[in-house]
Amino acid sequence: MDTNKTMNWDWEKLQQQQQKRKKPDPGDGGPGGSGPGGGGIPPQMEDLLNKFKGFNFSWLPILVVLIIVLLFFANSMYYTIGIDEVGVIQRFGKYNRTTTSGLHFKWPKGIEKITKVRVKRVYKEEFGFQTLQSTDQGSFTTDKRPYDSANIGESLMLTGDLNVALVPWIVQYKIKSPRDYLFNVRDVHGLLRDMSEAAMRLVVGDRSINEVISSRLEIANEAMSILQKEMDHAETGISIVAVELKKTNVPDPVQPSFNEVNQAIQDKETMIYKAREEYNKAVPAAKGEAKRVIKAAEGYALERVNKAKGDADKFVAVYDEYKMAKDVTKRRLYLETLSKVLPNLGEKYIVDSEQQNFLPLLNLGKGKEGK
Amino acid sequence: MKKILIPFVVVAAVGIVLLLYFSTFVVDETEQVVVTRFGKISGKPITTPGLKFKAPIDIANYFPKNLQEWDGTPGQIPTKDKTYIWVDAFARWRINDPVTFFQAVSTLPSATARLDDIIDSATRNYVTSYRLIETVRKSNRSLDTLEKRKEEAKLDSDFSVSTGRKEITQGIMEQASPKLERFGIELVDVKFKRINYVKEVRDSVYDRMIAERRQMAEKYRSEGRGEASEIRGDKERELKRISSEAYQKAQVIKGQADAEALKIYAKAYDRDPEFYSFLKTLDLYENSLDKSNAVVFSTDAEVFKYLKDF
Repeated sequence: MDTNKTMNWDWEKLQQQQQKRKKPDPGDGGPGGSGPGGGGIPPQMEDLLNKFKGFNFSWLPILVVLIIVLLFFANSMYYTIGIDEVGVIQRFGKYNRTTTSGLHFKWPKGIEKITKVRVKRVYKEEFGFQTLQSTDQGSFTTDKRPYDSANIGESLMLTGDLNVALVPWIVQYKIKSPRDYLFNVRDVHGLLRDMSEAAMRLVVGDRSINEVISSRLEIANEAMSILQKEMDHAETGISIVAVELKKTNVPDPVQPSFNEVNQAIQDKETMIYKAREEYNKAVPAAKGEAKRVIKAAEGYALERVNKAKGDADKFVAVYDEYKMAKDVTKRRLYLETLSKVLPNLGEKYIVDSEQQNFLPLLNLGKGKEGK
Repeated sequence: MKKILIPFVVVAAVGIVLLLYFSTFVVDETEQVVVTRFGKISGKPITTPGLKFKAPIDIANYFPKNLQEWDGTPGQIPTKDKTYIWVDAFARWRINDPVTFFQAVSTLPSATARLDDIIDSATRNYVTSYRLIETVRKSNRSLDTLEKRKEEAKLDSDFSVSTGRKEITQGIMEQASPKLERFGIELVDVKFKRINYVKEVRDSVYDRMIAERRQMAEKYRSEGRGEASEIRGDKERELKRISSEAYQKAQVIKGQADAEALKIYAKAYDRDPEFYSFLKTLDLYENSLDKSNAVVFSTDAEVFKYLKDF
């Protein structure tokens, strides 16, 4: 590239020299000796020029050419460097100096060449995004190759347990050393892309699919350190600012089964909670019921003991009376009871104790009229 | 005088400029130059940048000095365990001997062709002679796999590597480097950009992944069912325990009360069992005889004895 520009400049110089060479020629053998340099000028111009009589016209073309050349050089002798960039100056292709922002002067084109590098800017590279496929040309030269490019997606990776994961990520980088950046590697951008992929696959290749999905930060950090090491090793002058993993995932066809596992975990929880619900519904109620049974038993016990006490007290009271006049009281109690019982009885038959054949005659079922 | 002098000066100046132009050349930081005279190499190659001089008849042949990249064509390669994979490798190289390079290959496209041949075949050699896992992994760090299976020993040997990706790429490089030295090319490194299953294999891998997840899901569900059943069992046991304990307590309480009552009765009635039986019998008469009963008395009975014998 640099040679090209140098050549350009040389060619222009050559043309000017050819001009210089041409112009005196017609002057030499020109008709009428109107003066060197006048031959190529149309007649009207000659009239105009004739007005400046007494002036030596022979130096004029050389003067004009000199001014043009000077202007041309002057134009390439100053340059401005923006706030976020530096200028790298090469003298005859060799690195000479690096200048910071502001207005600067240099030797003209052909001697010194300036390349501006934006050192403060953070560049971003994206890998494995859907939108990138169509926009980024640089690294997708592979698409032109005779194979189904879908076979090797940028984000499709093999994991350490030989599963397939989708890992999209971004790399942010800065130009740390403009000199290294410009001179050491032919296509730094391409190298960065390829190396990023290699580094990321190296890291993902040593992780299981579960780890790829869950521990993204760890993967990003390791990939970043590998990538930085490679970039330093190649002396690219690039400093990696960040490597960030986007949402890591499994390929579409496998996605439902991964969701199913999550679903199953939820199902499991649900089943356990339901069972706990049943437990909680029944057990406290049963505890209450148990208390009720015990209280009821206690009630029974109280009742039973109190009744017994009552009965006993009653008996003792009666017995105390009876003790004092045993025979009379017994008789009295007997007759009192019978006098209460007998009136209430239905049919009463009184049979003589000596009558032996009475029973067969008695119609027990029919007899209404008493004796 | 003047008129004769001017053209002469101009021609002389142009001549000097032309001479200077043809005998100098500029070498960029990223370039190196081999100078040839009539097709023959003259002098040592120029590898430092700056303004250089040569004879006007010499030709400067420029070659890049900086790091070049070779991007391989992805190819299908079977691994040692007969899995077909796409391998996309790339390499970095530089011309470290421009003279040899100029003589042997001379242009970048033909250099790329040589690199294609040599690195591709080295890659193929290495990938086919190792198991897939060796190409994928770089170390034996323990993986957090889906599940800790019982046959863990088997699992470990499945996913453990003895060589690893770094050594494989290193091996490819070592195999290719000496062959490229003959072209004045120094191979800096070879790396795998992408490794993937070919479509057919990938589909079966997907199936395997799906099956693996499915069985996992079923395991979770079954675990859920199991735990739920256990909780239900707990519930039933707990209910039985609670009710039986309550029954037991209640019976004890009742029994104690009955015993207490018996003691009280016995203590009271023991004063005169005959009288107790008399009283109880009278109660029985009173409570059990009513209008529905027909009663036959004998005149022998105490209450009617006066009816006959008076």
